[in-house]
Amino acid sequence: MAEQLRRPWPRGMIGRLLDSDLFYSFSRSPVTVLAALVTAVMMGAAAFAPWVAPHTPFDLATLDLLDAFLPPAWMPDGDPRYLLGTDDQGRDVLSTIIYGARVSLLVGFAAVFLAMFLGVALGLVSGYMGGMVDAVIMRIADVQLSFPTILIALLIDGVARGLLPRDMHEEMAIYVLIFAIGISGWVQYARTVRGSTLVEKRKEYVQAAQVIGIRPWLIMLRHVLPNVMGPVLVIGTIHLAIAIITEATLSFLGVGVPATQPSLGTLIRIGNDFLFSGEWWITIFPGAALAILVLSVNLLGDWLRDALNPKLR
Amino acid sequence: MIGFVLRRLLQSILVMLTVALIAFGLFRYVGDPINNLVGQDTSAVEREQLREKLGLDDPFLVQFARFVKNAAKGDFGISYRHRRPVAELIVERLPATLELSIVAALIALLVGVPMGVYTGLHREGFLSRSFMTLSLVGVSLPTFLIGILLILLFGVVLRWLPTFGRGEVVALGWWTTGLLTVSGLKALIMPAITLALFQMTLIMRLVRAEMLEVLRTDYIKFARARGLSNRAIHFGHALKNTLVPVITITGLQLGSIIAFAIITESVFQWPGMGLLFIQAINEVDIPVMAAYLVMIALFFVVINLAVDLLYYLVDPRLRVDRDRATGHG
Amino acid sequence: MPAETPPLLEVRDLRVEIPTRRGVLVAVDGVSFHIEEGEVLGVVGESGAGKSLTGAAIIGLLEPPGRIAAGRISLEGRRIDNLDAEAMRRLRGRRIGMIFQDPLTSLNPLYTIGRQLVETILTHTDLTERQAREHAIGLLAEVGIPSAAERFDHYPHQFSGGMRQRVVIALALCANPRLVIADEPTTALDVSIQAQIIALLKRLCREHGTAVMLITHDMGVIAETADRVAVMYAGRIVEIGPVREVIEQARHPYTIGLMGSIPLVGHDVERLSQIDGAMPRLDEIPAGCAFHPRCPHASERCRRERPERIALGNAEVACWHAGELAGRGAVTAGVVRERRENRNARTGDGRPLVELRDLARHFDVSAPWLTRLFSREGRKVLRAVDGVTLTIPRGTTFSLVGESGCGKSTVARLVVGLYRPSRGTILFDGQDYAKLDSHAAMAPVRRRLQMIFQDPYASLNPRWRVAEIVAEPLRAHGITRDRVEIRDRVGALLRQVGLSESDARKYPHEFSGGQRQRISIARALASRPEFLVCDEPTSALDVSVQAQILNLMRDLQRELGLTYLFISHNLAVVYYISDYVGVMYLGRLVEWAEAKSLFRDPKHPYTRMLLDTIPDLEMTGRRRAPVAGEVPSPISPPSGCAFHPRCPLATARCREMRPEPLPRGDGGEVACHAVAENRLPERAPRETPLRQEAD
Repeated sequence: MAEQLRRPWPRGMIGRLLDSDLFYSFSRSPVTVLAALVTAVMMGAAAFAPWVAPHTPFDLATLDLLDAFLPPAWMPDGDPRYLLGTDDQGRDVLSTIIYGARVSLLVGFAAVFLAMFLGVALGLVSGYMGGMVDAVIMRIADVQLSFPTILIALLIDGVARGLLPRDMHEEMAIYVLIFAIGISGWVQYARTVRGSTLVEKRKEYVQAAQVIGIRPWLIMLRHVLPNVMGPVLVIGTIHLAIAIITEATLSFLGVGVPATQPSLGTLIRIGNDFLFSGEWWITIFPGAALAILVLSVNLLGDWLRDALNPKLR
Repeated sequence: MIGFVLRRLLQSILVMLTVALIAFGLFRYVGDPINNLVGQDTSAVEREQLREKLGLDDPFLVQFARFVKNAAKGDFGISYRHRRPVAELIVERLPATLELSIVAALIALLVGVPMGVYTGLHREGFLSRSFMTLSLVGVSLPTFLIGILLILLFGVVLRWLPTFGRGEVVALGWWTTGLLTVSGLKALIMPAITLALFQMTLIMRLVRAEMLEVLRTDYIKFARARGLSNRAIHFGHALKNTLVPVITITGLQLGSIIAFAIITESVFQWPGMGLLFIQAINEVDIPVMAAYLVMIALFFVVINLAVDLLYYLVDPRLRVDRDRATGHG
Repeated sequence: MPAETPPLLEVRDLRVEIPTRRGVLVAVDGVSFHIEEGEVLGVVGESGAGKSLTGAAIIGLLEPPGRIAAGRISLEGRRIDNLDAEAMRRLRGRRIGMIFQDPLTSLNPLYTIGRQLVETILTHTDLTERQAREHAIGLLAEVGIPSAAERFDHYPHQFSGGMRQRVVIALALCANPRLVIADEPTTALDVSIQAQIIALLKRLCREHGTAVMLITHDMGVIAETADRVAVMYAGRIVEIGPVREVIEQARHPYTIGLMGSIPLVGHDVERLSQIDGAMPRLDEIPAGCAFHPRCPHASERCRRERPERIALGNAEVACWHAGELAGRGAVTAGVVRERRENRNARTGDGRPLVELRDLARHFDVSAPWLTRLFSREGRKVLRAVDGVTLTIPRGTTFSLVGESGCGKSTVARLVVGLYRPSRGTILFDGQDYAKLDSHAAMAPVRRRLQMIFQDPYASLNPRWRVAEIVAEPLRAHGITRDRVEIRDRVGALLRQVGLSESDARKYPHEFSGGQRQRISIARALASRPEFLVCDEPTSALDVSVQAQILNLMRDLQRELGLTYLFISHNLAVVYYISDYVGVMYLGRLVEWAEAKSLFRDPKHPYTRMLLDTIPDLEMTGRRRAPVAGEVPSPISPPSGCAFHPRCPLATARCREMRPEPLPRGDGGEVACHAVAENRLPERAPRETPLRQEAD
């Protein structure tokens, strides 16, 4: 029925976008609009951190230990220069959060793209080719699926520690992290893409292309791929939230990025040591920033899933 | 039936072998086992003797076979850091992790499933919407952050509950339990809730989605057209059909609780396997890592087998001849 | 007619609305009708006409956001559209039953059919559990489930599709409702099962005195079953009256066009009369009479004012010009059907273009090897196509007919190279196509053969523009890479199939089903092929659109000298389009001959059975031979002649030996021992339609 109701879209990309059901459902949901705004602001601040952050927290020259442990500006001992207070080394908490979000988002996005690329490619090949290729890829996926993401990421990190010399490890930590989170996430994409590829492969437009004599890899890329990307976007969004959490968790457990280049998770771990002594702001503000960021991304993912799959609402 | 179970068993063994291979690869090729076992001042000759004694020069397959054989007996070698047999360390820590995980799993199931059913049936209601929003917040808060917040509130501010450790434990043979003492139970509350929360929201959302899916099917429509009561339709027809996919994913989720316990144990300094594993990672204590990996895989395989058997009980289509289910193409 | 007792069901000015973000759609608009006790009212119309929504509104199962916006529905004189949910629930099943289209999904897979029956009976009656069980078993026997008491405890998946639909009927009738709404009850079934189910439904309702509202798109089913018929178009009833009167003397231009566009076996016409265009979408229903843009008689008044129903004879018609048009829509009228002449005067020279020699395709459908090992079963091979030999002369249409699972679509896919044959050869213009290995070697042949698919919604890539879709074969075969030339050729192709050049910029979702099928044909024609394989190209289309596509295919064949391999389950369509017809059963060709000859004198018992399943649209009152049994699983086909379990003529020899093809005497062949042994009973030749020369 919905198929019949849809009107021809007006011409032009923008017109089509504004008239689309996607945009309609977006503009009708204030929570989603708010989530999109928050996400945009946080990503923008992170991307332009050097220009946005009030201080440069990792420039040792500007740090003053006398400024350490200052509470947020509105509290009795607060200093108006430091809106959200300072940490043990006198660094501005707000600025560390902005720089920390930068690291968190960088790792998150990179890991998502790595997982997406791997997963989509393997899923597409697996679903389209079938047979032995499919069996091997899916068995690997099954085994990997027996282990939670966090465990695999931990293992990869552990192995990297064993293989890399200690000084190199500090440097490479962020790449190891991206690799670990990316590798541990590809299965989701591969399974979904394989599933939709199996569905699309049976559709007659693919058979039409086969009858015309288009080569398999071209059919995969030009016909199947565009039609299986919808769910991939949804997974990608939700995976971004998961990747950020995973990174934070690993950093919190002390196996993530080093303290010299802290992410939100690292900041929370550092602050955790001062929780019992009453300096709650060193932990709570990075924690809140992390929660708000992840929640916003999750809200966007949730909306996207419902909007692309209207029958689920 | 027997063929099905045997096939599953064989698949499980294959999975275990694969995991064992990875674990063995870790043990053998990440870092040098000899350097990790002996001190700086050991002579080259002594190293060579040890190398021979451990059979490190044997062909790959021989070494792997020996590793599997030992692992099957529960022998994973000596921890580099603790200088004690890994099996001993694990057995010591196992009760703590299992108690925490099982309690958390029960909370997740007992709260998650009813909430999922409720939100699936009344998807427009105020309560459902609140549940859904709350669940999204639940998924968005990292486990460790929830733990920290709970500690801050109930441990630091209100001082109701202990902030770390397992409390007093009672020994029942080799098993130590915290479930029989007041302090043990009090210590369990916050870690269990922390661990359960994430799984609970996942289970709830899954049950809800499946419920909605089933309620759209033709046979539910036909049941309505026959005038069956809502009660019969929702709890008789819909819920049972929801169970099939829910069992699978829930099984996987419960398995992952044991692994997710790593984080909770780390936040609450809970003396379980997870804490042991984290320390092993930081210290590159390979035998412990390898043993932990195999343990987790074993849990998963057992849970998966149980799930497959449950399928048999729920879905009659699996019980009878499978001719019709097999298509071609 | 002021009646003392109110009719069983009365619907007055029913209006069903579906609010959407682009405004409120009116899906059912001012629909009024009644159903008397024990009467069968057929409701016919193309998809989207609002017939299913009308049924759902009556039984109170409209899916939100759809809602009844106006009108009243009364059952036995009591208004029911304003009942609360609980009262309405008690009515469902007890007073009004419902049967849905797809028997495979209508039953809960996790409960036995017995449990589902007993549960329903206990909901509506005061019977004890034991009595309910007895009642249920009695019902199962009544709907024709063999050894009902044993099968009572079986699960739905242990029944075949036809048997499941019988169970569904038992469920709908188990509380003895006064009215049953049957929504396309046979559409998902094979033709032979279709006839069985219709006969069963008719018998049961007559015996129980149950009235039926039979919703279908198939005029043939209506003609066989209904007492009266309501024709719906764009949410309104345009014509309602006794079946015979509506079919033979249609008065509404839409009904006239609809009747004319149905191909009939035994009627040789060169072209089907067609209604141009398609039914408007719900958001584009025109003002005035909704049919006026497609109506050949539309006047200014039709464009402005909406016609109300007026009585004409025993029928009522909603058309300003109904009085003038009466009687012009007789099903056999020469007015709308040109006589077909010279049907074999084709462009071809009679030389074979495609030859299949002992073609076979087997699929391995075995369980995983470990399961096989433990349960000690062998490999299972599905012989989808098992030794088919046929020849298609240049410039002709060869059709394959048969029920699902007979292998006809697999033959189509083998011929275009989507599957590789397990055995046998495919000669295309003398060249063994199946043996070609490399992509490059196949390319020149590929250019010359193309395929048209069944589902117009799945056969076009939704992300591509029409221009890209139609140009794909041009680019792929390297016919031209010049942008201007491609544009021109795409434009020419679109015009050739009856679309306009400006359609090239649009996406597939902007078109109706029939238009998409035209795009699909344009793509198939792009590389200027000589041979088109058409796999059920019209089975997903409404009848009036089907006529357009069939006419187009004929025109193209004449203009371009095309050769067709046509796959269909619809015998009337096959009769209209074909020069030769082959009948397939479980992977084998059981009979083939020149089309007219085969339909006039079918020899194989299966062919005869198939022909007997064609609904009798001409209402000659011809008695049809009862059709027995269902198609067995192709994985374990019966021994000997695969048809023997259903064959009234089967002997020991049929059970043991597979019959070889024998000449029919008219150039065709038939594989049947009964024919060989000359013990085939005479079959009354199909009567020439009585009213063919009536006008």
